[in-house]
Amino acid sequence: MLDKNGIAKRIAKEVRDGYYVNLGIGIPTLVANFVRDDISVEFQSENGVLGMGPFPFEGEEDADIINAGKQTITTLPGASFFDSVTSFGMIRGQHVDLTILGAMEVSETGDIANWKIPGKMVKGMGGAMDLVASAENIIVAMMHTNRAGESKLLKKCSLPLTGVGCVKKIVTNLAVIEVTPKGFKLLERAPGISVEEIVKATEGTLIVEGEIPEMEL
Amino acid sequence: MIRKTVANVEEALKGIKDGMTFMVGGFGLCGIPENIIAELVKIGVKDITCISNNAGVDDFGLGLLLHKHQIRKMVSSYVGENDEFERQMLSGELEVELTPQGTLAEKCRAAQAGFPAFYTPAGYGTEVAQGKETREFNGKMYVLEEAFKADFSFVKAWKGDEAGNLIFKGTARNFNPAMCGAATITVAEVEELLPAGSLDPNEIHVPGIFVQRIFQGKDYEKRIEQLTVRTLK
Repeated sequence: MLDKNGIAKRIAKEVRDGYYVNLGIGIPTLVANFVRDDISVEFQSENGVLGMGPFPFEGEEDADIINAGKQTITTLPGASFFDSVTSFGMIRGQHVDLTILGAMEVSETGDIANWKIPGKMVKGMGGAMDLVASAENIIVAMMHTNRAGESKLLKKCSLPLTGVGCVKKIVTNLAVIEVTPKGFKLLERAPGISVEEIVKATEGTLIVEGEIPEMEL
Repeated sequence: MIRKTVANVEEALKGIKDGMTFMVGGFGLCGIPENIIAELVKIGVKDITCISNNAGVDDFGLGLLLHKHQIRKMVSSYVGENDEFERQMLSGELEVELTPQGTLAEKCRAAQAGFPAFYTPAGYGTEVAQGKETREFNGKMYVLEEAFKADFSFVKAWKGDEAGNLIFKGTARNFNPAMCGAATITVAEVEELLPAGSLDPNEIHVPGIFVQRIFQGKDYEKRIEQLTVRTLK
């Protein structure tokens, strides 16, 4: 079974040379730590920066330079700052190549819910609805089950939706799964995890064809 | 040159009334008009509608206005860092309209640029689209979103000049440019107010035509919400 860093490490393999990438808050943020250093990638943060670098050294932080998680950041050579309209123009106009975000639930038709638990948690959708409605290439990073042990890969989402039919790939602590017109398709198993364990943890339709390889990390 | 400078924050806020709608720039606590927010708290204007991406934190930013129950309605995309906000929202004291962040920005820009409405794919098929017109373009579904209407826009810039031209720094730019000229009156507070001619016209982010009043801000706290650093190896 993978931990959060393991999930990030596996997703980092999906990042290709020349990609502009938007990383959501949580596990997606960790992906930046594992991207190969022999490829050229720029990270976009929707509050208005392209070419995001690592966190600053202590004492070098600047209150005017933060990411969408409100964390202090640095910029790399080639970086740019811009306003929110331009930022979402990049997103809505499909200039960002890959979007990686977290989710509370994903359905077998690619619906995603990650912004609201009625009566309990209403923090808002931030930029998630814009991102999932426009991005061609969306990877969800999440745990396969919730804290109560219930599957987060469902036939139908029970929570209010963030977007409809938009998720293409899911990387969890147990598996790599593709969303196909016929349902979830199992592509890879996490180290030490059996197909049976994944089937058991998946509520939605799971297509298992042939031998399922173990992830290479 | 048309002068936009006013002497201080008191003069900058002339004409504000209870029940008005204000646009307030900033992302989190980054790039918020600190002087104007402090003055709004002091004046005690109430029943206001605030259009702002976030609602501040419990003891800073728009959280200060929430604490005094001056805000009747918030229009935001993300309000997660504020316990008092959550309490007022769940108890029904505060009306909240959650809007996708890109849509929020574009609703400001539409108001600024004279578009009554626009189509966006964000929120299609979700509760955000409920009651709104939808339409298909090239096989994809879009939601019709209307421009904001506001009485005042309150923005904060890094540098500005007497003509109302503005330059922002880093990610403190965020929603501020789109809010300029998007309300009846735009008020800008700046860290450094300079004579006309001091700023290079090539480097202006917002031309002064979008700004009615500009003043020199003071005592910026620039609080960091999530100080995150790496340690020296």
